[in-house]
Amino acid sequence: MRVLGISGSLRRESHNTRLLRAAAEHLPPSVEFELFEGLKDVPPYDEDDDGDLAPFGVRRLREAIAAADAVLIATPEYNHSIPGQLKNALDWASRPFADNVLRNKPVAVIGASTGSYGAVWAQAEARKVLSAIGARVVDAELPVGAAEQAFSGIRLADEVLHAGLAQILDELLAAVAERQQLAA
Amino acid sequence: MTTVQAETTIPTGVWKSDPVHSHVGFSVRHMVVATFRGSFADFDVTLANGDGAPSLQGAVRTESVQTADENLKGHLLSPEFFDSERFPEITFTSTGIRADDRELIVDGELTIKGTTKRVEARGDINGPVAHPAGGERIGIDLETQVDRTDFGLNWNAPMPRGGVAVEDEVTLTVHLELAKEEE
Repeated sequence: MRVLGISGSLRRESHNTRLLRAAAEHLPPSVEFELFEGLKDVPPYDEDDDGDLAPFGVRRLREAIAAADAVLIATPEYNHSIPGQLKNALDWASRPFADNVLRNKPVAVIGASTGSYGAVWAQAEARKVLSAIGARVVDAELPVGAAEQAFSGIRLADEVLHAGLAQILDELLAAVAERQQLAA
Repeated sequence: MTTVQAETTIPTGVWKSDPVHSHVGFSVRHMVVATFRGSFADFDVTLANGDGAPSLQGAVRTESVQTADENLKGHLLSPEFFDSERFPEITFTSTGIRADDRELIVDGELTIKGTTKRVEARGDINGPVAHPAGGERIGIDLETQVDRTDFGLNWNAPMPRGGVAVEDEVTLTVHLELAKEEE
């Protein structure tokens, strides 16, 4: 089983990328975790470029999602919503719509912010967008506030959040298992 | 000239839907003012009446939902609507059938997206008539209303000036031509 992590934040010291690394530590050894590192290479969506051969950065994104059994997104919150680069990537991934790479794909959304609300609105926005795209979205959030102090080493310091992250990942992997059973 | 007489009872035998001359559809209020209609292409319905206790059973493949736009079809098949990957069929099983002259009232259990609810469908039954190519046919028309949110089809979007994109109440309609199975 393979889980693709996508951080909606591009900066090197991103709290959300760190949150994804904390999530990876929860996954059982049988699950391969890949952190997507090409978000910055996804150009602005332009239908003129969305032909038979999409831009390289887009193909990389689509191939990474297609190769994964599940996607875990960690999003910061910009102006009560998701960052433009994350929305842009999801828009590219959603095309062609009827059989896009996210269709029926189990996806969970978590998020961290330096404020006290932990990107909770951005997570809701991301779930809305992913549902519209046709993904199988885990109906749960993980609002990690005060992100500078939220980590202890590679894990979340707060036990409730630590357990909440494990719970969301359990739901994500259960959705994958159900899909695999249906396909068998 | 032969006149087809309305039957007052449900004809005996096993009757199977003819997919070419049958229709399974739904309609729902859209954009506050309009009525949107859709249908399913792949279904089968059986009316069985062997021992005076008639039963009506139907199954509809959700993947066969038909709309004029493939993107809309994609949305309808997604987890937000029918979730066809997990729930490939809509099913109906009658629990009681009453016919009074041509009027038909069917009570039954309707399962959509894994949730089963009791419904009462009303309509009429006509025939049988002899098919020119042999065999007999009957016609059944039924309609019922359901609240789609009872079945977990919850998607909606508020309209900028009030109201919602899609109402909760959905009318389900079947127009069936059924052929009698050889005994």
